[in-house]
Amino acid sequence: MSTLRVYIVRRLLLAIPMILVLLTIVFLIMRAVGDPVSAILGAHAPREQIERIKAKLGLNDPLHIQYLSYLWGILRLDLGRSMIWGQRPVLEEIMEHFPATLELSISAFVFSVVIGVFTGIFSACRYNRPPDHIFRLYGIITYAIFIPWLGMLLQLIFGVYLGWLPTSGRIDPFMTPKMVTGLYILDSLITFNIPSLISAVRHLILPTVTLGFYLSGIYTRLTRAHMLDVLQRDFITAARARGLSERVVIYRHALKNAFIPILTMMGLQFAALLAGAILTETTFSWPGMGTFLAERILYRDFTTVQGTIVFFAILVVLVSLIVDLLYVYIDPRIRY
Amino acid sequence: MTASFSKPISSALRELKLSVRKELKYYFTFTGFGIIAFFVVIAVLAPYISPYDPVKKVGDPLTEPSLKFPMGTDGLGRDILSRIIYGTRIVLRITLISMALSLLIGVPLGLASGYIGGKLDSLISLLMDSLYAFPGLILAIALAVMQGPGEMPMATSLTVVYIPTYFRMVRGETLSIKESLFVEAARAIGAKNRVIIFSYIFPNVIPSIPVILSLNAADAVLTAAALSFIGLGITAPTPDWGFDLRMGYPYLTSKIWWPSAFPGLMIVLLTLGFSLFGEGLTEILNPRLGGR
Repeated sequence: MSTLRVYIVRRLLLAIPMILVLLTIVFLIMRAVGDPVSAILGAHAPREQIERIKAKLGLNDPLHIQYLSYLWGILRLDLGRSMIWGQRPVLEEIMEHFPATLELSISAFVFSVVIGVFTGIFSACRYNRPPDHIFRLYGIITYAIFIPWLGMLLQLIFGVYLGWLPTSGRIDPFMTPKMVTGLYILDSLITFNIPSLISAVRHLILPTVTLGFYLSGIYTRLTRAHMLDVLQRDFITAARARGLSERVVIYRHALKNAFIPILTMMGLQFAALLAGAILTETTFSWPGMGTFLAERILYRDFTTVQGTIVFFAILVVLVSLIVDLLYVYIDPRIRY
Repeated sequence: MTASFSKPISSALRELKLSVRKELKYYFTFTGFGIIAFFVVIAVLAPYISPYDPVKKVGDPLTEPSLKFPMGTDGLGRDILSRIIYGTRIVLRITLISMALSLLIGVPLGLASGYIGGKLDSLISLLMDSLYAFPGLILAIALAVMQGPGEMPMATSLTVVYIPTYFRMVRGETLSIKESLFVEAARAIGAKNRVIIFSYIFPNVIPSIPVILSLNAADAVLTAAALSFIGLGITAPTPDWGFDLRMGYPYLTSKIWWPSAFPGLMIVLLTLGFSLFGEGLTEILNPRLGGR
């Protein structure tokens, strides 16, 4: 028991240098790779305007002072203020857009795992026969899918030609449920708002399928590989010899053993999920972090872009932390 | 794993005949190679095969695909086929430059870090692991925002994204190879570090490179397209698949699909080419994995 506690504490402590390194990388990119002022104003701006921006962002200070005040700001959860319109605190705006990204990410994640695991099992059980070849190809094709293109095709077919589903936004106008968590589906469930629920689900389908399809291939491949491995083991033969039905053998005995590496992949895929969400959101005008970031890039809103990237960096470290801690409970063999 | 690279041709031929499943990997490799070669040929011959000037208005805006304009025209009346043909040049150039640069930086860094070890190794590894943990697209976005639009900024942004993949692979292999007997023997007869790294370790690392290279190239095509899609790519009117796809979006609701559909299809095809090639190659070079 005490080793477990030591592991958890050590893992928590390890997250600190990771966050620090990522934040330093972001800082270096935002200061050293390019010049913030020309990123904001473009190449040819009047001198006084340049000076004004420089003073405002504290760019006249020595680099190490800038670095420390950047870290200090993050520590106080202050990501600065937006450079356009009302100049709202960046964190406040991020928090407004984050639930949308979270909702899309969760549903796409679930979709991708379910599709991936089942196609993987299907493929493994028909090893080296045509269905297997088809799903192996599926695993490669999903990897090559350009999300905006797939999204466009789905919008065209189900939105424009068939008219079944909405192609943009998160919910119909004036349907937004009372804010509780910011996740519309959850909120409309909590408040028993059925029309909102239907509208939210209808808006969610196409983005979910787009992002989920892109992410599912890796699970197909992984499930197939590990199922093939497990299905050859003695205990599977033994289970079959005992006369258990094939379904019990596959789902109860084999899948359970093939699941740990799939779980590992779920953690590793988080970065891909984030990147995919940015593209999916831009494609479907989904009002989340991705659309927000893309929009502020066009407005050259430097502080917001920097803040959003810092937010993503911290998110990545936190998720990897959570995944590592979850392992300990799922697989008792894992201790570092 | 590395020994399989030099397996005799006769045994490779025997394997080719063995089973459908084993043949699949050769189909993958050849199809992938064919697709890549197809795009390379298009890029080289662009001025000769493209029917129109890619940046000039040559017809009515948004003309449907027809014999005159096989893929239709875009919102500004430019021929989409010609834009796609010229766009091939840009995407291949960006991929090539970024792959070459990341290879040139990542591989020596991995060799040095793995061989020298110690504090230097921990420091570089920490940096590389952090870069690797960062979602590639977001890292590329940050770099591209700061560098402004253009082909070279795009290529260098992608370079930074892919350096860690080479670094991690090469470092890992270096760590295991440097402990092997033949390296020890070389050291015993007084070989210099430089000689050990370049003549003993590096040649054993090479076989792992092509697979990562082609899978990275597949990813790079997608990331480059994503950057242009977001608006961080090359400045208009240069033909660029990702940006053209974006420009066609507003017309979708009017059932005008061709300005977006064709550039997007090219992105997917080229990516598929690189990943098929990489997949097939993985299995040919590492038969032990056998399609797993």
